[in-house]
Amino acid sequence: MQLLTSSIGRKIVMAITGQAMVLFAVVHLLGNSSIFGWLNGGINAYAEHLHSLPLPIIIAFRLVMLALVCIHIWFGIQLTIENRGGRPRQYAVKSVQKATFASENMIWTGCLLGLFLVYHLLHFTFQVTNPETSALQHLVPLHDQMVPNVLGMVVAGFSNFFVAFIYAVALVVLFLHLSHGIQSFFQTMGWSCDKSQPIIVKLGTLVALVMFLGYVTIPLTIFAGILKG
Amino acid sequence: MSEHKTMTLTLIVWRQKNANDPGKFETYTAKEITEHHSFLEMLDVVNEDLINTGKEPIVFDHDCREGICGMCSQVINGAPHGGQDRTTVCQLHMRKFKDGDTIYIEPWRARAFPIVKDLIVDRAALDTIIQAGGYTSCHTGGVPDGNTIMIPKPIAEEATDAAECIGCGACVAGCPNGAAMLFTGAKVSQLALLPQGRPEAAARVKNMTEAMKECGFGNCTNHYECQVACPKGVNVKFIARMNREFLKAQFA
Repeated sequence: MQLLTSSIGRKIVMAITGQAMVLFAVVHLLGNSSIFGWLNGGINAYAEHLHSLPLPIIIAFRLVMLALVCIHIWFGIQLTIENRGGRPRQYAVKSVQKATFASENMIWTGCLLGLFLVYHLLHFTFQVTNPETSALQHLVPLHDQMVPNVLGMVVAGFSNFFVAFIYAVALVVLFLHLSHGIQSFFQTMGWSCDKSQPIIVKLGTLVALVMFLGYVTIPLTIFAGILKG
Repeated sequence: MSEHKTMTLTLIVWRQKNANDPGKFETYTAKEITEHHSFLEMLDVVNEDLINTGKEPIVFDHDCREGICGMCSQVINGAPHGGQDRTTVCQLHMRKFKDGDTIYIEPWRARAFPIVKDLIVDRAALDTIIQAGGYTSCHTGGVPDGNTIMIPKPIAEEATDAAECIGCGACVAGCPNGAAMLFTGAKVSQLALLPQGRPEAAARVKNMTEAMKECGFGNCTNHYECQVACPKGVNVKFIARMNREFLKAQFA
């Protein structure tokens, strides 16, 4: 199949898996923002709603996300190795006009995000890094039932400077990765022309910036003591 | 005739005897250069000096010296064709430089373009891509009447924009991945836009991009350095169009 072996095919696979993860990150941000109280019961109610979905749906969803991540990483590494060989010797003078720090370092921002993802899952999903604040171990009442205290876990986590710092740095890395990745998706799918392309580049960076600001507000407000458990 | 002010420049030039030689930079002084010299004429002056002193002249590709043939191919201070907007090396003039400047001159650097000698690289890989589908199969016969196939003006213009590519390979030289996506995108788009090219469009994009990969060109990561390097201003929209053609071809 040409999609998995050809130059443009693998680029399209990178674009689609990447964009699917961006959509996940957008929904994840909207869900997380329930911590600021717009949902009755806050983030605990949101988490409870997700966990009350049928188990097969949760498992299937997680497997799909895992597959997306693995495919994106696999082809990302493969293509980067091929591309590094595309120009065996660099020029004596480096002259860069349109490439950006973000576009040139996708492999490194990607690797950092992969590492962060592992930590993030161990921290908040599997809850093994800080078992003393694990939400699953500390139930709180919500609408006459006992639910995991996600709010308490998040607040406890981000009250620690190093944890909040790691998340803030990871979000900067996410911003860099997406500022190139989002616009790249449209170019790769062929959904751009000379008039739309510069606008798409700006909008992609804007979306990445909005996502950065949205996400980073959570650890910042908690560490600053504005958002309390 | 009025006296021209002349410049003296330091050239740091890539010298390589053949494909197997590791190659190295050599430093030369270019004297008596006026602002009216083209970059290639400046090298001609330096070469005359080298020949007169019994040294091997700097070997470089050139042909029309009018900016249309796509033969000249030098990376000047890291920029293919010297970095002046829509300009080939032969049309780059010394008025762009100042007395006392140091200029690095290198060949196109890409895996798919092996160095033949000094600043000359073998660009046959671009021909291989064309041979894989950069044409239309048509019956030869009597000359058809003009405008028997109607083509809307915007489409004709877009196809002509793609056809501006002179096949010099600056896009490959400028791409950090050594990819030939702008070249191939321009050729695929030019033919796919026109009715004569449509019947073979799906096979063409598949075959040409496959040839591109087999020739050792890298993959596109949307840096858009190719568009800056292109002396004809071919736009990266033609890469997007090729991507679209490629996707369509998967379902054709």
